[in-house]
Amino acid sequence: MSAPAPAYENPGAQALTGRHRLRLWEPLPWLLALAFYFLFPRHLGFGTELLITVLFALSLDLALGYAGIVTLGHAAFFGAGAYTVGMLAHHGIWNEPITSLFAAAAVAAAIGFASGLVLLRTTGLTLLMLTLCTMALLEEAANLGHDWTGGFDGLTGITIPPLFGLFEFNPLFPKVQYLYILGVLLVCFVFVRTLVYSPFGQSLTGIRENTLRMHAVGAPVRTRLIVCYTISAAVAGVAGGLWAQANAYVNLSTLGLDRAATVLIILVLGGYGRLYGAFVGAVAYMVLAHFLSKLYPTAWQLGLGLMLVIIALFFRGGILGMGDVITNWLRKLRAPS
Amino acid sequence: MTTLLETRSVSKNFGALAASTDINFKLESGARHALIGPNGAGKTTFINLLTGVLLPSSGTVLLKGRDITTMEQAQRVKLGIARTFQINRLFRGLSVLENVYISIAERVGAASQMLAPAGTRRDVIDEAMALLETLKLANDAHRTIAGLPYGRQRLVELAITLGQKPEVLLLDEPAAGVPSAESHIILDAIDALPKSIGVLIIDHDMDLVFRFAQRITVLVRGAIFAEGTPKEIGANPDVRAVYLGQAAHV
Amino acid sequence: MIENIASMLLGGMAAGMVLFIVSVGLSVTMGLMGFVNLAHGAFAMLGGYIIVLSMRHWGVGFAAALAIGFVLTAAISMVFERLLYSRLYKAGELDQVLFTIGLVFMFIAGLTVVVGPENQPVPIPAELRGQLNLGIVQYRTYSIFLIVVGIVIAVGLWLGFERTRFGAQIRAAVDNRRMAESLGINIDRLFAITFGFGSGMAAIGGGLGAEFLGLDPQYALKYLVFFLIVVSVGGLGSIFGVFWASIIIGVLDFVLKKYVPQGGTLFIYVLTIMLLLWRPQGLFGKPQ
Repeated sequence: MSAPAPAYENPGAQALTGRHRLRLWEPLPWLLALAFYFLFPRHLGFGTELLITVLFALSLDLALGYAGIVTLGHAAFFGAGAYTVGMLAHHGIWNEPITSLFAAAAVAAAIGFASGLVLLRTTGLTLLMLTLCTMALLEEAANLGHDWTGGFDGLTGITIPPLFGLFEFNPLFPKVQYLYILGVLLVCFVFVRTLVYSPFGQSLTGIRENTLRMHAVGAPVRTRLIVCYTISAAVAGVAGGLWAQANAYVNLSTLGLDRAATVLIILVLGGYGRLYGAFVGAVAYMVLAHFLSKLYPTAWQLGLGLMLVIIALFFRGGILGMGDVITNWLRKLRAPS
Repeated sequence: MTTLLETRSVSKNFGALAASTDINFKLESGARHALIGPNGAGKTTFINLLTGVLLPSSGTVLLKGRDITTMEQAQRVKLGIARTFQINRLFRGLSVLENVYISIAERVGAASQMLAPAGTRRDVIDEAMALLETLKLANDAHRTIAGLPYGRQRLVELAITLGQKPEVLLLDEPAAGVPSAESHIILDAIDALPKSIGVLIIDHDMDLVFRFAQRITVLVRGAIFAEGTPKEIGANPDVRAVYLGQAAHV
Repeated sequence: MIENIASMLLGGMAAGMVLFIVSVGLSVTMGLMGFVNLAHGAFAMLGGYIIVLSMRHWGVGFAAALAIGFVLTAAISMVFERLLYSRLYKAGELDQVLFTIGLVFMFIAGLTVVVGPENQPVPIPAELRGQLNLGIVQYRTYSIFLIVVGIVIAVGLWLGFERTRFGAQIRAAVDNRRMAESLGINIDRLFAITFGFGSGMAAIGGGLGAEFLGLDPQYALKYLVFFLIVVSVGGLGSIFGVFWASIIIGVLDFVLKKYVPQGGTLFIYVLTIMLLLWRPQGLFGKPQ
C-alpha cells in the first residue's frame, strides 16, 4: 500500500475502517490462559479441554454466528478430525503432531465440502435434519468400522511423538499439551478473526441477515456458504485432532449429538457472531459443568435447560450481549441527553 | 435509442391462476418508464420475471438482444439488472454503510477477498460514502438498520441497488412509506444517474409517476392494458375507468 | 416363510403405529406454525409418565389412564404454548431449537427428581397379553392391538382433518397462513388447540409405546431423531405422509434390526438423507 489514506470523519466509515484493529483488551484472554498455566499446574488437563472447546465453538461461530447456517451436526467434523489423528497414529501410519493436525483439517474439510455441497441447498428444518443425519451416519460408520476405528470401544493408547522432536507429551502432567494447544488455538483464532473482518466475512453476515437480498446484489450465495462451511469444518477438525492428541484416545463421544448440542449451547451462552463468545461461553459452561455436573447432575441439567430457555426468550446475545446491554445502559446514565 | 430490456409474449401461470398474460414490453436505454395498475395487476410478478426470481411459463426475456429467459438471478445482476423491493430487504443487523458496502463489494469483486480486512478496501468505502451523500444518508452511516425510521430504510433500499451501478434499474414502489418531504430525495437521486440507464418504476403515487415518467404502461389483470406518454395515458378514458372502478371497489 | 414375513410386517407395523401416534402432532404443528419443536418427545415422555403413574397410584385402568394422559398433557402443553412457544413464532429456528432443547433438559431433570431415573414399566391389561391366532400366524396380542389403535386413530384424524370445519381451518392455515388470517380464522386459538391436541396424541403414543421403547427420563432425547426423521420424511403438515413414513420406517427398522443387527440404523440415515436431497419437502409435503 502507498501512503495511508486520510482518516474518515464520518463515524460509520471510522467504525468500518477501524473495526479490525486490535483492541486494547484483546490480549487479555491470552494472558489469562498463560496465567492459568502458572497458577493451576494441577488443572492443566481441564485447561486443555477448555482450550479445545473454545476452538470447537469458534469453528461453529464461523458457520452459525457469521453465515447463519443453523446446524445440529457440527460434531461430525470434530469427530472426523479426532478419528483422523487417532487412526493414523493407531495404525502406525503417521503421528507427528502438527502435520497430523493438517491431515485432520483436510479430512474434516473434505467431509464439510462434500456434505455442504448437497446440504446447503436446503434451509430450515430440512437443513437441520440433514446435518443431524450426516453426523449420525458418521457415528454409525465409526461404530461399525471396528477394525479401523475400534468400534464402540474406540481407539486407546495413541502414541504421539515429542513435539518438534523435543517436548514430550506427558499424560499425567499435560504442560506441553497445554502450551501446544494454546499455540494452535492462537493461530486458528488469528485466521478466523482475519476471515470475519474481511470482505468475505462481511458478505457472510449479509447472507445471514438477508439471503434473498444477497441474491439480488449478485452474490454467489451457495458458493460462499460452501466455502465457509468447509473452512468451519476444517477448524472443527483441528479441534478434534487436538482432542485426540491430548487424550491419547478417540471414541464415539467425539461424534455424538451430545457434543454437537453442547458446543451449540456454549456458543449461544457466550454470544454467537461475536468471535469472543466462544471464549466466554466455553469458560462459563466448562467451569460450571466442572463443579456442578458431577456433584448435582440433575440440578445442573435443570439449570442448563432453564438458562437455554431464558437465553432464547430474552437474551439472544448471550453473556456478551448482556454485557453490551449493560454498557449501553451505563453510557446513557452517564450522558443524559 | 437501443432497447435494453425486452419481453416477448411472456406469460406466467401459478397453477390455474394467470399472473401475467402475453406481455410484450420494451425498456429503451435512457427511458424513464412507469408501470402502473390496480392492486393485484401483476406488477411485482412482472419485475420478478425480469430479474429471474420467477421463470416465465412461456415467452422470452431479452437483455440487449440476448436471451436471458432462464438465466439465474445473480448472473442477471452481473449483466446490469438491479431492482429495489416493494418491502424492504435489508441487512437489518448491520450499519447503513455496511449495507451499501456489501452491495458494492459484490459488484467490484472484492467480496470473495478473505485475508485483508474489509476496512482496507478504501475504494469500496469511498464509493459507498459518496452514494450515501447523494441520498442524504451519510449522517446515518453508522446506524444499524433496525434502529432507523422506515423512510430512511427505504433510502438504504435504494442505495444498495444503486451500488450495483445498474444499466437497467427496476424500482418497485420506491417511495412507499417515505414521508412526502423526503420523496424528492429519491427522484433527485434518479435524476443524478447517468442518462443512458433505463429506469422502470412501479408506484401508486400518481403525482410521482407523472412527474417522473416519459412513458407509462398500464397493467390490468396481468396483461398490458394501455401504453403511451403520460399525456396519452392521462387522457385515456379506459384507464380512467379502470382506476375509477378500482376506487369504487375500495 | 410367509409366517416370517407376516410376523415382521406385524412387528414393524406395530412400532410404526407408535411412531405415527407420537409424531403426527409434531408434523401438524411444524407444518402449521413453522416451529422447530424438539421438545415434542418430551411431551410424549411426560404423557407416558402420567399414564404409568395414574395406573400405579390411582388404580385406574389402561384405557382411563390413556385418556387422563391425553387430557393432562394436552392441557399442560397448551399452557406452554400460550405462555412461551407463542413468543418465538416469529423468531429464527436457532432460537426455537435452543428454547426447545432447554425444555427437554428441564423435563428430563424434572422427571428424574420427581419420579427417579429408572425405567417405568407400563402394566398392560391381561386381555392384551399373550398371543392371538390370525390364521396364518400367531402373533402378540399387544402388537395387533397397537396396529388396530393406530389405524383407528389415523382414520379418525383423517376424517377430522378432511370433514370438520376445524380441520379445514388447519389445512387452510398450513397452506397459507396470511390468507387464513384474512378469512377471519382465529390463528391463536387454532395454534393452541392444535398444539395441545398434538401433544395429547404424543402422550398416548408415549404410553402405548413404553412397552417396547421403555420409559425413562432420557426418552425425550433418545427417540427425538426418529420422530424428526418420520416427520421430515413424511412431509410437514401431512397426516397421510406421517402415516406412511411411520410404517415404512417402523417396518424397515424392524427388519434391519433382525437381519443386520449391526448397521441397520446406518441404512435408515442414508435413506433419509437421500430422500431429503431428492425431495426436501418430504414424501407427501407441499414444495415451498
